[in-house]
Amino acid sequence: MVTKQVQQSIIFFLFSLASWFSVALLLFIVAFVFSKGVPVISWTFLTSFWSHLDITSGGIIQALLGTVYLGIGVIVFSLPIGVLTAIYLQEYAKDSLFTRIISLTVRNLAGVPSIVYGMFGLAFFVLLLNFGTSLLAASCTLSIMTIPWIITSTQEALKAVPFSFREGSYALGATKWQTIRRNVLPHATSGILTGSIIGVSRALGETAPIIMVGATFFMDYLPHSVFDKFMALPYHLFILATQHADPLAQTYAMGVAVVLILFIFVLNLGSFYVRYRIRSMKKW
Amino acid sequence: MRKHLVQTDCFRHKEELIRVGLQVVSVVTLLILVGIFLFLFINAFDVFSTLSLKEFLLGREWNPIAYGQPLWGILGLLKGTFMVTFGGLLLALPIGLSTALYLSFVASRKVREIIKPVIELIASIPSVVLGLLGIVFLSPFIAQIFGLPSGLNALSASIVVAIMILPTIISISEDVLSSLPSTFMEASLALGATKWQTIKMVLFPAARSGILAAIMLALGRAVGETMAVLMVAGNARAFPSSFFDPVRPMTATIAIEIKEVVQGSFHYHALFAIGLVLFLLTFLINLIGDLIISKQVKKYRW
Repeated sequence: MVTKQVQQSIIFFLFSLASWFSVALLLFIVAFVFSKGVPVISWTFLTSFWSHLDITSGGIIQALLGTVYLGIGVIVFSLPIGVLTAIYLQEYAKDSLFTRIISLTVRNLAGVPSIVYGMFGLAFFVLLLNFGTSLLAASCTLSIMTIPWIITSTQEALKAVPFSFREGSYALGATKWQTIRRNVLPHATSGILTGSIIGVSRALGETAPIIMVGATFFMDYLPHSVFDKFMALPYHLFILATQHADPLAQTYAMGVAVVLILFIFVLNLGSFYVRYRIRSMKKW
Repeated sequence: MRKHLVQTDCFRHKEELIRVGLQVVSVVTLLILVGIFLFLFINAFDVFSTLSLKEFLLGREWNPIAYGQPLWGILGLLKGTFMVTFGGLLLALPIGLSTALYLSFVASRKVREIIKPVIELIASIPSVVLGLLGIVFLSPFIAQIFGLPSGLNALSASIVVAIMILPTIISISEDVLSSLPSTFMEASLALGATKWQTIKMVLFPAARSGILAAIMLALGRAVGETMAVLMVAGNARAFPSSFFDPVRPMTATIAIEIKEVVQGSFHYHALFAIGLVLFLLTFLINLIGDLIISKQVKKYRW
């Protein structure tokens, strides 16, 4: 019996090592990137235009704003479609063949490789709809990638609203839509928002799809319209890391990596915090 | 009274309209999936009218820019994808499963609340950042350890992919393990088994199919991973034979070449054919994973 106990302790110790390995991994990645990248970052780096010839004198404002614009575009397209689909699947749909096909589609879309979304975006938005390689085409492409994530998290948020909220509203004579709009959605808003923020932040970290549909390494102005090309942080990082001749390029790539990681972590941590606050406020 | 009736009727129309509207919106997802398949297929069609499927899938050499005799075989690219995918899986699986078991059955609540957000944060690191780390840190490190001229090879790419799929393996396996009825553990402990015996002989076998599904979904992610692989795998066109060789997986080939090809050329269509293979492969893997999960969920729903 003692040996069994010893065996168990050893194995559980190994398990705990494996778990803390993930923590060490994250700390190492963040520490490595920050130690190399932070020295590059300055106010000039964040707020001035990229200088093509002397990379040390310019900044990344076009790439930073390009990513922000892209984020806005993705929210505009993916949030309404994602949330409405989730409302239909969670509140209206009966267990029919149609519903099952749509649910299966959503799960499968989440597994389609991002580069395949890029090819679809190129063939459909850029060429067939004639958007050209542009902010609009890239927003649409990343949106269809984000929709399945938003659907899934919205469904979870709607599921978490107790059924009695709906029954109470029906008992007072409200219709289904009135119930959903006044008594279900308000309680699911925080869950929907946090899920969507995480989805959008993931899309903004993607590089492969935007290579094909509109990102460019250098332009000396900010996009004027949705039909302009744009610069974006991940693509800027990629080119600096792999295709730039300047000996300092990789160091500057680390600087861009710090900005990108902070951008995404802040969005993620913000949504963790909202989720935590809301959860502790809920009384049911 | 009549006015009241009219109003209810109006409500009913509005309600019906909203329901139909929502249903129409939800069809968009289906249209996207079908659209992706159709556009890949239409654009790839030209290739299969010229090349036989065998030449395309089993040809060992991919050399679209060769003078005179361009070669369009993707076997080398397929092998690159498989090496990186299975290498990554082999590295991530032991760590991922141990972590999932630890989080579900051993760890205290406090430890869980530290480790779970950390894993979500790892999942949120953009792949291009991991690729950069691969170039700057990992591949020189690998080159030094094994005495290679360059560390940009299948091994480095596998390690980066392992980091990318670790969160997927952990979070899905943990969901499956935590969803097992607590009576399993209680009954086994009551019979005098230790916790480890219970995990090994009762809980793990019960969750086996769910864990298989987690592996499938991780596999799907690994096959489709592009940026990290593109930056670290070395991208040589030669047919790979060992993990120290540079490889050029399908995703990397598309990402490198699609910006340079003439739209509408044979090369362009050939890249869409690779995209189609990639899409069908991940679709199949995800579908199998999905079927396994839904079966598992039904088995223990009590």
